[in-house]
Amino acid sequence: MISGTVAQLVADLRAKRLSSVELTRALLARIDQAQARFNAFVTVDAEGALAQARAADAALAQGSAPPLAGVPIAHKDVIMTAGLRTTCGSRMLANFTAPYDAHVVTGLRNAGTVLVGKTNMDEFAMGSSSETSWFGPVRNPWNTDYVPGGSSGGSAVSVAARLVPAATGTDTGGSIRQPASLSGICGLKPTYGVCSRYGLIAFASSLDTPGMFARTAEDCGLLLNAMAGHDARDSTSLDRPREDYTRDLARPLAGLRIGLPKEYFGDGVDADVASAIETALAQFRKLGATTVPLALPNVKLSVPVYYVIAPAEASSNLSRFDGVRYGHRAAKYTDLLDMYRKTRAEGFGAEVKRRILVGTYVLSHGYYDAYYLKAQQVRRLIADDFARAYQACDVIMGPTAPSPAFKIGDKADDPVQMYLNDIFTVAGNLTGAPGISIPCGFDRRRLPIGLLIQSNHFAEAKLLNVAHQYQQATDWHTRAPAEVSA
Amino acid sequence: MKWEVVIGLETHTQLSTASKIFSDASTAFGAAPNTHASAVDIALPGVLPVLNRGAVERAIRFGLAVGGTINTRSVFARKNYFYPDLPKGYQISQYEIPIVTGGEVPIVSPTRGALRVRLTRAHLEEDAGKSLHEDFHGMTGIDLNRAGTPLLEIVSEPDLRSSDEAVAYAKTLHGLVRWIGICDGNMQEGSFRCDANVSVRAAGSDELGTRCEIKNLNSFRFMQEAIDYEVQRQIELIESGGSVVQETRLYDPDRRETRSMRSKEDAQDYRYFPDPDLPPLMITEDWISRVRAQMPELPEAMKTRFMRDYALPAADATTLTADRELADYFEVAAKEGGGEARIVANWVLGELSAALNKADISIAQSPVSAPQLAVLLRRIADGTISGKIAKDVFDAIWAGEAQGENAADTIIAAKGLRQISDEGAIEKIVDEAIAGSPAIVAEYRAGKEKAFNSLVGKVMAASKGKANPTQVNAILKRKLG
Repeated sequence: MISGTVAQLVADLRAKRLSSVELTRALLARIDQAQARFNAFVTVDAEGALAQARAADAALAQGSAPPLAGVPIAHKDVIMTAGLRTTCGSRMLANFTAPYDAHVVTGLRNAGTVLVGKTNMDEFAMGSSSETSWFGPVRNPWNTDYVPGGSSGGSAVSVAARLVPAATGTDTGGSIRQPASLSGICGLKPTYGVCSRYGLIAFASSLDTPGMFARTAEDCGLLLNAMAGHDARDSTSLDRPREDYTRDLARPLAGLRIGLPKEYFGDGVDADVASAIETALAQFRKLGATTVPLALPNVKLSVPVYYVIAPAEASSNLSRFDGVRYGHRAAKYTDLLDMYRKTRAEGFGAEVKRRILVGTYVLSHGYYDAYYLKAQQVRRLIADDFARAYQACDVIMGPTAPSPAFKIGDKADDPVQMYLNDIFTVAGNLTGAPGISIPCGFDRRRLPIGLLIQSNHFAEAKLLNVAHQYQQATDWHTRAPAEVSA
Repeated sequence: MKWEVVIGLETHTQLSTASKIFSDASTAFGAAPNTHASAVDIALPGVLPVLNRGAVERAIRFGLAVGGTINTRSVFARKNYFYPDLPKGYQISQYEIPIVTGGEVPIVSPTRGALRVRLTRAHLEEDAGKSLHEDFHGMTGIDLNRAGTPLLEIVSEPDLRSSDEAVAYAKTLHGLVRWIGICDGNMQEGSFRCDANVSVRAAGSDELGTRCEIKNLNSFRFMQEAIDYEVQRQIELIESGGSVVQETRLYDPDRRETRSMRSKEDAQDYRYFPDPDLPPLMITEDWISRVRAQMPELPEAMKTRFMRDYALPAADATTLTADRELADYFEVAAKEGGGEARIVANWVLGELSAALNKADISIAQSPVSAPQLAVLLRRIADGTISGKIAKDVFDAIWAGEAQGENAADTIIAAKGLRQISDEGAIEKIVDEAIAGSPAIVAEYRAGKEKAFNSLVGKVMAASKGKANPTQVNAILKRKLG
């Protein structure tokens, strides 16, 4: 029951082998026990979860249940959930209760899921280690001395540690795919615009993408079915026909062309990671795929471009946290300016401040052209590289992150080293194309390694097909941290 | 030294949409604080702007009215600054690519006659909320009802050369935005407010002097006073050896002076960048055509037509076309009324306008409708009543003594105001007047011309004003002759 996938749980719930209340109670107990070790949750709503579970059981009993009825999930705490505290991992919103549901929350509610709580994360989704939360760092269940990746670390850990079968996340530069890789689970970042951003606390609007964590590609598809869809409240939400993202799961991979950009296989990739990826590629060849060498000459500029655009947008998006209407306000101040200064000095942590400063700088008069405008131009060049690449291949593969998880505190004082963790994932945010990270092995310390599969825009069904076929032939995705069995 | 004044205006016109530019909250004025502020307007975390197409359509209408270029692709940008009544910490505006570029507004300058003021651009943006500094005992209240109200900022070139011209331009623009139905023009409620960029330079110079921007002029009188004060201040400053510092100033109507608000050095860096929440605004030719098809005849075209079709003098045609309702009223009355259109214009601009002013109501609220006036004027033309009696009938309709299109006929009949044109009847009254006023008759015969008018007055009084004045004159002349 604890290790059941969403698909299995849906089947068990429908066959009445299991009730949602029973399942929810069991998971709430696990969450409670695990909290001190992993710090994966910021808020747990046991009462609300059980009420939803009872409602789901009633619907299941009547045979009128929606597709994911009774399946417990968690939401990353950057996503607004009506009536529930939504903190963004920040002191600024430590006591903020969301007055409405995000679009993706509504979608998952309508699909019948049971919301057990909100997961811990890097403050305002800025980070790759989940260490910058006001509520303390999240710990990797494979080894609690290590980070789980970030920024959606709490969601990744809650799925990896079998606290919930699936959880939502957001991915702005790799914040779903990288923690999925470091925590040994699946994480899908859909195409930008497929899932509405309405109700996501904005970090970088042109990059922020809601997505999900689960233990199988199939489960990712089941959640995506509930989360995708046009939303008139988000002007960047795409109005496309509804689709079943699981429709192609069973399709064989014979003839699949896998692009291998040389930039993803060079120096700086950990030897264990490189070897695990090679093994995975061998498996794909065995499944009938061919590999095509590729070059993405501008992709090396992804990280610098990202660290101009994302902070620029963030500096503006975070201006609304001014202490005037909601959130933290300094207790003492002399005048308006002093109120702003103290409120924001107290409310934001160091990494958030660093990015606001960088973003403010690159948008400033006299620097805008050299930084922001230039970055947008290079962003287009990177997109052109990928567009060319997809003429020769169906998917692009490589490591999700250059190395497995690192120790808590190891990179906390070196932002540039931290930023380089996203080197393979940020391009997907700059182009808007989807990507999924799936577990494909372990390093010598038994820390998980993730394989990044990317595709052209709107090819989520293809991505899930490729990942699912791999998972049918391998069992990496079934491995659980020793902590879990203990 | 002779000085030339150079003025450009930036005008914020509130667009007359029912809901806000990026949210579905109402734009109605005067509601209790923060009751017309949605999650988007108060900038809750996670909310996103959705563009109101009604605001776009109004901007297109303006662009067509001034003959500007409607940019088929324009971009919303964020203007970043902190202020408590700016909930997001940025204003969504248009910066590099506005919705309208160029265009002209024809005005009549009191000194230079008819001229065309060039427009730089017009762009869409959202209004901020309001800070309330009273009633909060050392604190400031924030009302976000106005936050997100759609504005079209219309920027003119520095083509204006006096405060009179600036006011003429502002009045013409004010008339135009109401004419095309994009703004209610209510200046008390802030629906139409101007910033004036004012500088002076030596007459004949091609270079612009250093300018000061006077913010938030919300009446034509204040605009005139503020510009006059500012021009004088700048001239005195330069003539006494000083120089103008580029800055933003505020007009204080109580002290009738402008005061420095912030200098260029304090000017904020707004860090404009394209708003990633809003894709570029694409306007199809088809959309523009649909808006064009619904455009009313514009004041300038109507003025020319009035001069041509109704033989009106330029001054009358200009006044009538300053307001669309006034122009429409005139045209209905002119088409239905018999006789000369000029007389109709005289009545609309004279009797009717005076009555409206006195009652302090707009033409839309006039108790005398255009068809009613038309019938009244037809009765003058066909000789049923005299022009003088017509004024009494007008007053009676105004007072509500009769209803319906034929109110004038009802009143004429009820009060027996029909003009006496019967030769014999008039002769009888004239004879009685001559007989009853021997002294006046003697004066007249002694060469005192004025005495004649006195006799006419007697006849008219005796007929209760109903005798045909032309006939009275002729008969009297004959009898005395």
